This record gives sequence, C-alpha cells and structure tokens, in this order.
Amino acid sequence: MSDSEALDILLVEDNPNDAELTQRALKKVNLATQLAIVRDGAEALEYLLGDRPKPKVIFLDLKLPKIDGIEVLRRLRADARTRAVPVVVLTSSQEEKDISECYKLGVNSYVVKPVEFDKFYKAVGDLAIYWLILNKSPL
Amino acid sequence: MTTLDDTEILLVEDNPNDVELTLRALQKQNLASKVFVVKDGAEALEFIFATGAFARRKMEHQPKVVLLDLKLPKVDGIEVLKRIKADERTRFTPVVVLTSSQEERDVVATYNLGVNSYIVKPVEFSNFVHAVSELGIYWGLLNKVPY
Repeated sequence: MSDSEALDILLVEDNPNDAELTQRALKKVNLATQLAIVRDGAEALEYLLGDRPKPKVIFLDLKLPKIDGIEVLRRLRADARTRAVPVVVLTSSQEEKDISECYKLGVNSYVVKPVEFDKFYKAVGDLAIYWLILNKSPL
Repeated sequence: MTTLDDTEILLVEDNPNDVELTLRALQKQNLASKVFVVKDGAEALEFIFATGAFARRKMEHQPKVVLLDLKLPKVDGIEVLKRIKADERTRFTPVVVLTSSQEERDVVATYNLGVNSYIVKPVEFSNFVHAVSELGIYWGLLNKVPY
C-alpha cells in the first residue's frame, strides 16, 4: 500500500491464521476495505506514528512480539497525532486485568475473539460494519 | 422499563420521537427491557453518579453503554461526556454519542474527551432503526466491559 492511500483498518496481529481469517471475513462483508496488516507492536507504532494517513480504526491484538498491545495503546493515546484514532482491542484474553488496563488507557472497545470459527468470522464482519459504516471517525 | 440497577443501556435523549424509535429498534433485538431513558444532561449525571433522584442506585452498576445525544436541556452532551470520562469511577463506562450533528468540531471534541464511538443519527426512518439495532448488538453483546 502506498503512503498516501487512505486506509480503513490497520490490523495488528501476529498470528497468521487469525490475520487470514480476518481478511476473509472482511471480504465477505463486501466493504472493499482498505486493510493493512502489521505483525508486531513495533511495526504498528512505526506505521501509526509516521506520516501515513491514519486508519479509520485499529484492530489491536494484545499478545504481540517486540512491543505488546497494551504498550502500543499507551503510546498511541499519549501522542496527539493518534490520540483520537479509534482502537478496538481484539484478543483472546478475557483477563479482568487486561480489560481494565485497556479501558484505563482509553481503548474505544474491547472484543474477545470468539474461539469458534463461525463466530470469529461473524464478529469480525460485525466489527468492520460497525467501525467503518456506523461509526464516524475523527479523521 | 427496567429496575435501575439492571440497566444495560442508558439512553440520554430529549426528543420523544427519537426515544420511541430507539426503544422500538432495541425491542427488535430484545434489548428494550434493559434500557433506562433520561431526558436531559443533569438527569444523566444524576443517574451515572447515583445522586439526586437516583441516590438509591448502586453506582458500581454502570450500564454497558450510554447513548448520549449532544444537544440536551440543562447540561449538554459534551459536558456530560467530560464529567463521565474525568472521573476514576466512571471513565470505563462506554459512551456512544448519538447525534444529528455532523460538525467536525463536535466529532473531534468528543474523541479528544474519550468518547468510545460517535454515530450520526441517520435521517431516514428505516436507517435509523437499523443503526440503533447494530448499536445495541455491538455494545450490548460484542463489546466487553471491565465490570
């Protein structure tokens, strides 16, 4: 993707299966979504804190190589350029500690990845429709 | 209408037509029984902070989402949002602005205050009902809150 192209979703996900499933689910809802995928927290920060246009929404996993999702969220919220970008944590963690910490840092929404294939698929579709069609992004 | 402490959706809306439409849309998703409606910003704050008319409410029972109009009598929506997000006890409560304002100024101001989501009310009837249904499903079922 070129640096100037508008981006709908930045997916921060190190698990290739989840990334592929997400991609397929997005295709299915037919939004012609401009999607970019980064595989770890360092890459996510590099992408978001650079000069590229900001995405309409970030789907952020928590357990990530190099820099974890919580730290990514913290840095995005601490930076005026990314403070307002909607961030949805999409994780398998149901731990109270993670949920509380994310809300404390200003996450927009926290969604637990459904374990079952069909439900995961449906959840990603619902997420995309919500954040790309219904929600108005500040950018 | 639900008992105060079972409220999952707090609707802050002064326009009776929009209230009725919203409740009808939520009914379709079987969520209407969990909705409590307040008509102005002052009442919204009393509900959230369990004061005044809502002093008998338990404050730790926060709704799963607050649907907040911006143009409201007494205390406006931006001020309500500001107070919810400025307080340690309530800043986790998801707040979705549901407004007819498309003004960039309002969008930016609310995101900077920590709004969870900003939805422009669709003008057309069936689109409005559809949007509220999606909203209800998203915040009532998909999103996870820390309480």
